[in-house]
Amino acid sequence: MKITGKVIRYGDNVDTDVIIPARYLNTSNPKELAAHCMEDLDPTFVKRVKAGDIMVGGVNFGCGSSREHAPIVIKESGIACVVAKSFARIFYRNAINIGLPIVEFSGEIDEGDKLEIDFDNGVIRNLSKNTQGKFPPFPGFLQKIISKGGLFPAMEELK
Amino acid sequence: MQMTMSQKILAAHAGRKSVSPGELVMANLDLVLGNDITAPVAINEYRKAGASCVFDCKKIALVMDHFTPNKDIKAAEQTKKVREFAAEKKIENFFDVGTVGIEHALLPERGLVVAGDLVIGADSHTCTYGALGAFSTGVGSTDMAVGMAHGKGWFKVPRAMKFNLHGSLPKWVSGKDVILHIIGKIGVDGALYKSMEFSGPGVSSLSMDDRLCICNMAIEAGAKNGIFPVDEKTRKYMSEHSKKTPVEFSADPDADYDEVMDIDLSSLRSTVAFPHLPSNTRTFDNMPVVPIDQVVIGSCTNGRLSDLQVAARILKGRKVNPKVRTIIFPATQKIYLDALRQGLLEIFVEAGAAVSTPTCGPCLGGHMGILAKGERAVATTNRNFVGRMGHPESEVYLASPEVAAASAITGVITDPATL
Ligand code: SF4
Repeated sequence: MKITGKVIRYGDNVDTDVIIPARYLNTSNPKELAAHCMEDLDPTFVKRVKAGDIMVGGVNFGCGSSREHAPIVIKESGIACVVAKSFARIFYRNAINIGLPIVEFSGEIDEGDKLEIDFDNGVIRNLSKNTQGKFPPFPGFLQKIISKGGLFPAMEELK
Repeated sequence: MQMTMSQKILAAHAGRKSVSPGELVMANLDLVLGNDITAPVAINEYRKAGASCVFDCKKIALVMDHFTPNKDIKAAEQTKKVREFAAEKKIENFFDVGTVGIEHALLPERGLVVAGDLVIGADSHTCTYGALGAFSTGVGSTDMAVGMAHGKGWFKVPRAMKFNLHGSLPKWVSGKDVILHIIGKIGVDGALYKSMEFSGPGVSSLSMDDRLCICNMAIEAGAKNGIFPVDEKTRKYMSEHSKKTPVEFSADPDADYDEVMDIDLSSLRSTVAFPHLPSNTRTFDNMPVVPIDQVVIGSCTNGRLSDLQVAARILKGRKVNPKVRTIIFPATQKIYLDALRQGLLEIFVEAGAAVSTPTCGPCLGGHMGILAKGERAVATTNRNFVGRMGHPESEVYLASPEVAAASAITGVITDPATL
């Protein structure tokens, strides 16, 4: 799998409360929720995000609560992949479990850069800066979950 | 292979003699938890996957605690969805208005978790039960749905950090100060993906409520779980609360830790985490004057009986500052009743505080005490992220019930020792 997209960039410790504030969690409808994605950190996000964009963060992306609504609203907004220096662990597993691609990568990326991510070879190319770097591919166990389209369908094989 | 306490519990539940850090294992679960925010998402997934029966109707807990009593129509629809699912699947541990308490105070109190258990919960503070010597960790709704259907979950075997505790806490200093101190030292990702294992001679001086509070905030250091060894106090607590049979695990003497930190409990001071990160801590030798508008005492971190008792000791015969809206939330119905019988609620009401039914309420900015733009609260809760208790430009200062009660009286963040 290979994707290309434009970067929307945030800093360190982006927490699940700013990704989707708790005051909106009285619904589990992804569309309704996605209307408030990133609202407390970046009220312009919902207006400017385009399908296929790539969200980039610093360290500890997705820290805070276990709400799966966080990766769900990011996916629902059209974000094709989240790239961060590191992920909080519950966000990491939730993203995999719902099939939102995520990549751990520490290279330099700026707002608006165009990235190409090659998942099979673990290569990330910054087309705007003409640089490239590698990221470790998922272990086989997680690849199985991703290729089956989520944890539930993969369970028959993993049990 | 020498293992940590957490690794041993995982190995036992994965049917393995040993496991090593970094390995991915599938393990059997003793309990699967969800609440009124995360369970509806899990139920959607469960239905989508066409799963029929749950793995064990006794080993699932559904706790309607976040927006309870239902704050609006949407919240009511969410709990209705869970209520119907619980009835259909004959789930025994479904807690609704009248029996509900904040999940992480409720489950240990109801005896649903004991030492040696492997527990997942679709709530990040599921790590609380490590206080009982269990391996428990927060997951998402899909994990919860799969857990309900199959009784299994996947885990990456964590590495660990060890916190060697010595001595005992000074007056007016409690479990909350221990964990805020640690998070202030190691940062909000200081224990990312790792277990925080507490040990040492100082453990025995900590009450079960202190240990529950400390493990509760392991997630605020990014940890996968926090865990205490099992001792006399744990055994007494479990025998008073549970009919389940505990299994005691202990770390091997030369288990591998990424880091060992020595903490002299007697040197700790009242600690406050300033906005907007739990690691942004200060003690009173270094405290500006911070006027406040609200005090919240409660939550899964500090809404237990001993928290209310210490708050009552400070508030007794005094009045809260008229500028400070003071809201006190006993975490469960049992704590509420005990506090009522011990006369604590009377002390609170006479001091000018509002006492609420158990709910997560303001802790997550849900309802029952939301902050306006520019307002500041001292809260005994566990997160002070942007917008956590209301307006994105409001501020939350995390503190112990001792500091919160003292601050309610003076109207500024106050060291309880100076009252
Ligand atoms: S009290 Fe706060 S932290 Fe605890 S479960 Fe409720 S919302 Fe979460």
